[in-house]
Amino acid sequence: MEIKRRDFLKVATAGGLMLAANAHPSLAREPKARIKDAVGMLYDSTVCVGCKACVSACKQYNETPSSFSSTDEIWDNPLDNDAKTYNIIKLYKSGTGAAKDREQDGHAYVKRQCMHCVDPACVSACPVSALKKGPKDGIVSYDKDACIGCRYCQVACPYNVPKFEFEKAFPMIRKCQLCSHRLEKGDIPACCQFCPTGACIFGKVEDLLAEAKKRLAYKPGELRKYPVERVSGGPVAERIVTPYVQNVYGEKEGGGTQVLYLAGVPFEKLGLPALEETSDAQRSETIQHTLYKGMIAPIVMLGGLIYIVHKNTKDHK
Amino acid sequence: MSEESKPIGGEFLTTPFKVLAGFTLFAGLLVLIRYVMGLGAVSNLNDGYPWGIWIAYDVVAGTAIACGGYSMALLVYVMNKGEYHPLIRPALLAGVFGYTLAAVSIFIDVGRYWQAYNMFMPWYANVNSIMLEVAVCIATYVFVLWIEFAPVFFEGIQTNKSNLPAFLTKWDVSGLQKTWNKYLFFFIALGILLPTMHQSSLGTLMVIAGKKLSPLWQTGLLPLLFLISAITMGYAIVVFESLYASVGFKRPLEMKFLSRLSGIITYLIGVYLILRFLDVIVRGAFGLAFRFDLNSLMFWIENALYCVALFYLLPQANRSRPKALFLGAFFLLLAGTVYRFNAFMISFDPGNGWHYFPSFGEIMITLGIISFEIMAYLYIVRKFPVLPKAEHA
Repeated sequence: MEIKRRDFLKVATAGGLMLAANAHPSLAREPKARIKDAVGMLYDSTVCVGCKACVSACKQYNETPSSFSSTDEIWDNPLDNDAKTYNIIKLYKSGTGAAKDREQDGHAYVKRQCMHCVDPACVSACPVSALKKGPKDGIVSYDKDACIGCRYCQVACPYNVPKFEFEKAFPMIRKCQLCSHRLEKGDIPACCQFCPTGACIFGKVEDLLAEAKKRLAYKPGELRKYPVERVSGGPVAERIVTPYVQNVYGEKEGGGTQVLYLAGVPFEKLGLPALEETSDAQRSETIQHTLYKGMIAPIVMLGGLIYIVHKNTKDHK
Repeated sequence: MSEESKPIGGEFLTTPFKVLAGFTLFAGLLVLIRYVMGLGAVSNLNDGYPWGIWIAYDVVAGTAIACGGYSMALLVYVMNKGEYHPLIRPALLAGVFGYTLAAVSIFIDVGRYWQAYNMFMPWYANVNSIMLEVAVCIATYVFVLWIEFAPVFFEGIQTNKSNLPAFLTKWDVSGLQKTWNKYLFFFIALGILLPTMHQSSLGTLMVIAGKKLSPLWQTGLLPLLFLISAITMGYAIVVFESLYASVGFKRPLEMKFLSRLSGIITYLIGVYLILRFLDVIVRGAFGLAFRFDLNSLMFWIENALYCVALFYLLPQANRSRPKALFLGAFFLLLAGTVYRFNAFMISFDPGNGWHYFPSFGEIMITLGIISFEIMAYLYIVRKFPVLPKAEHA
């Protein structure tokens, strides 16, 4: 055997260096901060009555076709978000399902659409910048002219939001873009505009977060004013407060999102994953930036390799 | 260099070759359906499992199996073990086809293939994307491999005139060959850098999948584990292929290289297994290995395969036994492949009730690609100076 301890140590040292590099805090990519004027939505599951007006409005204003889960194909009845359904209302049910917003023997609604993450995994993953985060509004939007259809965004998204048209010869990625086409004209997202109860409201994320925290402080049974359509400047409805889970989902989860959630049952029961505060994009980019900062390591390595190979090929001749 | 290798000759249109051609043609038909009717028409890929066996096998495992050229280049040119030189050409050949066909698979898999060139447009580049690095590195490496392999064609054209089509043998390549060989060292160096980058980054790809991947596989060490295991698979394929070629083409065995090479492999497997288990234990994920679910089962199968490979390759006495080396290399390739399947598909769970098992069409396309690879290999070793010249050792 010619490979001796020396070579074993070489490999082991390289491994150790890489371990150290991963742990080195100064090389870590910083967490992304919220954009000051970012816009988003607040969905309050306790206010939602499950009428699905938002689902219908979303389809109408995004011009997406019906999606069928039954064989008769009479009406639009998707079971989950899909390439034709950017927004959906789903139901949590336990036992008898009798009481609304109760974990045991109760039920609760949840609205699912793109979360417009503060540090989106899809944006970090996309090789061709087809998914981008708006520098002012923070909306995560899709550019079909850039997209190559590799579906890495789907692998990366912790909420399984981006959907792909598997049935088409010339497919696209489809997802909620917070009705940016409506925002341009001064309108608000269709789902918020047509929500009759104010379960889903539009606004600046900082205002939405303040509104959410205000609601968490309300006592169950109190009569309170709840804004409808938008967090301020829109209609207001009065409502008897029901108990909340004491957390605003999306404030910290996965590095934060621009769509925030309040609920009466634990968020995981509603299908919202329990994510750590560090985003996966940050973890992935920390490794990548450590190894490839300014392409210095690869260039140095190439230089070394050219020298060694040149020398050794001459030896062989 | 040319004295080391020679074409093995013989008829290439054998029965196995025709069977392989049948598989390839059938796969070609399915690929046509995919392009006309969409990915859903031939595959079980879905919004929960956007990647299936085309990525896990053809690209991720396939390029690792194709790392023979890379691993041998590390040994011969970096560690300056020139005595292994005769093994470089067969290793490179497997690399050329493994990587080229991985690139073909990617083209079948990506949805908006007509825009695939956007990967190389600087204004679209996202430097934070692991996928960008992997894609650009693999694409560049495919070219580098063909450049590295070109001298074999030049030699073949000049020395094997009677066996090749006339349009090739008429071509005077001696001048080109000279220039080529003068600058080849640069491409050899690049051919070592690029796989180091993308074989590790193939592991990094799954970091961003976060909690969708079981903690038994999700770790910041993914790049290192992928790199080491790719190098071991590279050596294993050289051992496997040399022994297979010896038996299949009734040639004498190259035991003196192979037994020493196997010694190197055992060291690398050792380092790999220590890192693999330390990492799982330090992160507190080891308990998941005792849950008796699919993930724990796959974890033990994967690592048991590595141990079986060690069992065959570790004893000094086994290193002179071709059968033991063959089995050792085989189990090592299987172990690395299972690791990649686990990290990309089996332990990947998007939740929400999503399921994936490859469809008949997906499996047939993958088999067709493998068949084409073997056909091309068989043709080229018969017509060009790839395999080491038979010596009576």
